[in-house]
Amino acid sequence: MIIKIKKFKFAEENELKLYFDNIMTINELKDVASQVRRDIIRMVHGCQSGHPGGSLGATDIVTALYFDQMHIDPKHFRMDGAGEDMFFLSNGHISPMLYSILARRGYFPVTELATFRRLGTRLQGHPTPVEGLPGIRVASGSLGQGLSVAIGAAQAKKLNGDDSLVFCLMGDGEQEEGQIWEAAMYAPAKNVDNLIAIIDYNKKQIDGSTDDVMNLGNMRAKYESFGWKVYECDGNDMQEIVDNLKEARENAHQGFSQIILAHTEMGFGVDFMMGTHKWHGTPPNDEQAANALSQLKETLGDY
Amino acid sequence: MKIEVQNYKDTRSGFGDGLLEAGKRNPKVVGLTADLTGSLKMGDFAKEFPNRFFQVGIAEANMVGIAAGLANGGYIPFTGTFANFSSARIYDQIRMVVAYSNKNVKICASHAGVTLGEDGATHQTLEDIGMMKMLPNMTVLVPCDYNQTKAATIAAAEHDGPVYLRFGRPKVANFTPADEPFVIGKAQMIQEGKDVSIFACGHLVWKAIEALPILKEMGINAELINIHTIKPLDVEAVLKSVAKTGCVVTAEEHMRNGGLGDSIAQVLAMNNPKPLEMVAVDDVFGQSGTPDELLKFYHLDTPDIVEAAKRAVSRK
Repeated sequence: MIIKIKKFKFAEENELKLYFDNIMTINELKDVASQVRRDIIRMVHGCQSGHPGGSLGATDIVTALYFDQMHIDPKHFRMDGAGEDMFFLSNGHISPMLYSILARRGYFPVTELATFRRLGTRLQGHPTPVEGLPGIRVASGSLGQGLSVAIGAAQAKKLNGDDSLVFCLMGDGEQEEGQIWEAAMYAPAKNVDNLIAIIDYNKKQIDGSTDDVMNLGNMRAKYESFGWKVYECDGNDMQEIVDNLKEARENAHQGFSQIILAHTEMGFGVDFMMGTHKWHGTPPNDEQAANALSQLKETLGDY
Repeated sequence: MKIEVQNYKDTRSGFGDGLLEAGKRNPKVVGLTADLTGSLKMGDFAKEFPNRFFQVGIAEANMVGIAAGLANGGYIPFTGTFANFSSARIYDQIRMVVAYSNKNVKICASHAGVTLGEDGATHQTLEDIGMMKMLPNMTVLVPCDYNQTKAATIAAAEHDGPVYLRFGRPKVANFTPADEPFVIGKAQMIQEGKDVSIFACGHLVWKAIEALPILKEMGINAELINIHTIKPLDVEAVLKSVAKTGCVVTAEEHMRNGGLGDSIAQVLAMNNPKPLEMVAVDDVFGQSGTPDELLKFYHLDTPDIVEAAKRAVSRK
């Protein structure tokens, strides 16, 4: 496969300008996402812990960000993110997805994915900057806090006269945390217009569907009433994701805050992990892992 | 140290003036408040540096998160609200995005302790030192007067890492030299003595100073050391003093559990066990009253320090 060689080269050598030029086709992005999903299954299976469901569901969104939409320099990771776009993962439990994407994008060796959740690893159960893993700027996992941090990072960019953007992915269950709404009120009130928030809207959480646990109501209306410009897309449709991110990028720096409600399917890409919340935080056994991997094309070479 | 009362000022004003000075010295210093600009005396900073001041509204959790994001971008954020809302209310946020993530955020906590006064127990935090000192990476500062709080604020700006800076509401004696730099982690010798070591912090340093001549009349030559940095504790200074005096009194406007006395007890137990008496709040919440009434009621006043010193000496 041509794409296999090409993408490995990206991951190993960081040909940054290619991404700046936004040359990846939708099919290429889908191929990256397929490999990320394989990595997720293998990581979670390998240590028999972690959160495969949400990780699989959010893969397409974050793949589109890191491999197409964000202007970043993986080989020269800067904690302060000066001059480049920054990403904050608020729902830190979907760390396998982020680790795979960071590795595949060239932040650290893909072989390190095998250390996920093992003693001494930089790939802690939930992301942390403490171990010095390139690509992670703040700890997350205690829910509801990422949007506030992203706002602060966006404010720092404004103070620095830095036109690059800040992205923040949140879970939908996480919207039940009160701090989210403190941040949701703050951003439009203070014209934080260099921030693009995204909700991984899979309508499931640990105890069941969000409708049963805590009905989220009309999320679009809620954010709109707080003053946000709201987009909605199929969060597992690469074309729709890219189109929405592109539009939000173009509308940045215009005095309003933006959020994308990305409708996703928990467990997307693995048939038996879809349509249920069961795989939120449950690792597959050997047989299940083999079954899952048989459904996911190996495009960049397994680690 | 020569003790001379220059005036009576609130320590929070020391913070406000220190923040303004730190802001003038370093353009990376930014301020955030949760609707308490006036109470925290941050108005001058806000006026001088409007672009570097963030009014977050009554949303302390969000404020700390934003501060962490600003710190990540290379700024030195000072968050200002009451001590209770700077600690207990947002402990997990501080733990995760400030302490664990090791962001250069300065959490500035005013109206600490019972000397907050009439607002009562809801606002009188007596647990914050304990909570903050338990967090890895966190530096905990409890300066004693206006001058020292101003200097501590400037020192916090120059220190790379999370800081919890605790100060108070009422006007109290301002007696430390205005030009004395604040050295984080270095205990301040107030008066040398040989019979008992008094380790005090915050407002109770002055109460301990008032106890010195009373003790002297009783024939007790007390050594008084201001532990303005609860963490990292100046263990060397503590042990050196105790080796000389052989008994200890701690004094703080805080719960006995988890406070300065607790830290000192740990050092003594592990290195050089000696009689220890603690002047602190004994596992109860505060209540409404004037600051002076409350210090008396909760046995945090000068006579309480005197009695504690007598007990400590008698146990030698």
